[in-house]
Formats: sequence, structure tokens, C-alpha cells
Amino acid sequence: MISPARALLIIAVISTVTILTRALPFLFFRKGNVPGAVLYLGKALPPAVMAMLVVYSLRGVSLLAYPYGLPELIAVAVTVALHLYKRNNLVSILGGTAVYMLCVQLFFC
Amino acid sequence: MKKAIKAAFPVTVPVLLGYLFVGIAFGLLYQNAGYHILWALLMSLTVYAGSMQFVAINFFAPGIGLLEVALMTLLVNIRHVFYGLSFLKRFQGMGQKKPYMIFSLTDETYSLLCSAKPPEGVDPDRFIFAIALLNQCYWVAGSALGSVAGSFISFNTTGIDFAMTALFVVILVEQWLSCPTHLPAMIGAACALLGLFAFGADNLVLPAMIFMVVLLMAFRRPLEPKLSLPEESGQNGGEPL
Repeated sequence: MISPARALLIIAVISTVTILTRALPFLFFRKGNVPGAVLYLGKALPPAVMAMLVVYSLRGVSLLAYPYGLPELIAVAVTVALHLYKRNNLVSILGGTAVYMLCVQLFFC
Repeated sequence: MKKAIKAAFPVTVPVLLGYLFVGIAFGLLYQNAGYHILWALLMSLTVYAGSMQFVAINFFAPGIGLLEVALMTLLVNIRHVFYGLSFLKRFQGMGQKKPYMIFSLTDETYSLLCSAKPPEGVDPDRFIFAIALLNQCYWVAGSALGSVAGSFISFNTTGIDFAMTALFVVILVEQWLSCPTHLPAMIGAACALLGLFAFGADNLVLPAMIFMVVLLMAFRRPLEPKLSLPEESGQNGGEPL
């Protein structure tokens, strides 16, 4: 354990740096002077970032050891299929999550 | 504002599931490390960055310098620099709400704001503010629950955090269907996989984001005209719910 004052100081540093990363583009490009390249990136990044976040959220999955990423593969497939079928975010997410929970708790444990 | 919260709630349910349970895990972790509920609350209120708060448990040990803390935080959260780029225009004119919108731009809030459309008759600014606010409420509530009651949860929740993955998958599918070009999504996936295999699970984000920006810039000429098309061409982006 460290002293409470030290812990507070650490939290303050983490908070400040986190806020800084989120505020940086807004501080950098004040009203009206946003370069075209940045506006282009703002439009092109969302799908790219979303694909990255899918990979990122599955980064801990091992394909080489049992169950070889099968629960994740099945659950992602169910989520996509449900979404193409119903086009309802809530149904797809709850359905995919339920299938995943069944997989890891009952079938692949 | 009440109307906006009512309209925003269904959109945020996936984040509710994810944040509540990841928040509980966070609260439990800190409780076990000797930091009680007030510490967990303080962090969830002022830091509000999921993965960072988990990493931060390592900082509460003797011999860790503040510079090291700052650098590590910068590395873990640098991806947020890119998130703001998509909302430079959107947050303008939001007045007093703007600082909070910037502060609360987590991965999950970013995803919801990318896809959510306000229903008829709801003020769009209040709608996205409500989404951001609700999300942080779930996170704070989860942290508090984990701190006080984590050990009493008897329902087997293993795997419930998959809701977060499912959220990202659904938004990706939605963007895939409504976007006139799939190249950005494929670039994102390729860069993330490259980052994963080249730098490992814990360090994939920063290199992946850099590759991504470089590649997107390289394809700017063919891509930009396609991205400027009105989003509503063809499919209308599906149900907001």
C-alpha cells in the first residue's frame, strides 16, 4: 500500500492524461480551421476503428488451445446472423451474449 | 431532458450490460487490493476509462514514478485522440454540454454516437448527451456494486462481458451495410490483426491505429468521394433501436 495522498496524486495524473487524450483534437483544431485531411479521417476512421475494436475485444482468445476460439466464433456468427435477420441492435447483442454465456458455461468448459 | 433520456435508454442497454459487469469486476479488484468503494468511485468519476482503470491497479505500489504513470496512461488511451476527430463538428455548438461530451468519449460511447440516430421529436444534442451520461452512470454504478456486493453475486455471470464484443460487431455490421465502401473496415481489421500478431495482445492498439491512419491517408484519393455520399443512399441505416 502507498499513502492516500500518493494514491490521490496518481489518480489525478491518470485523469488529467486521459482527459488530455480525449480533448486533444478539440484543442488542436479550433473553430473553422480543420484541415481537409482531418475531416476525411473523421469520416473514414469509424468503420476502421470498429473493426479494430472487435479484434481488440477478442485479443485474449487463444486459437491454439482448447476451445480454439470456438465460443467466440459461434457467438460472433450468431450476432451477425441475428443482426442481418432482424436489424435490431438489442436483439442481436442480447442473443449473441446469451449464446456466448451458454457456450462458456455449459458446452466448452 | 427526460424525453431524451427515455429515447437514449434503449440504445444504451448493451453498454449497460457491459459496463455494469466490467464495472463490478473493477470494483471487486480494487476492493481486494485494499481500496474501498470511495477509491473505486473516485476513479470511475474522474478517470472513466475502462481498460486504463484496470491497468492502473499496478500503479498503486511503491516505487512507481508519476512520469511512468503519465506515459503508461498516454499509451493506453492514445486511441482516444482519434475518436474526437469524428466529432469535431458534431460537438460544436453544444455549449455547456461540450466539455462533458469530450470527457466521456470512451470506446463504447464513441461506438454508440457513431451509429445512434435520435428519434423524431427528440433534441439531437440532448439525445447524445443522455447517451454519454447514462453510460457513465452504469460504469459508476457497476464500480460501486463491485466494491460493496461483489462477493454476494451468486448468478453465474461468466461470459456476460461478451456484450461489449457483440456491441462492436453489431455496429460494424451496421456500418458495413450503410457505408458505400468497405475498404476502411477491411483496413481496420487488417491493421488490428497485424498489430496483434506483430506486437501481441497487450500492445496492439497504438501500432494498429498508426498503420490505419497511414493506409487511410494512402487511399484518400479513391475513398474520399465515396465517403462524402449521403449516408442514407439505399438502406436507411436500420432501426435506431
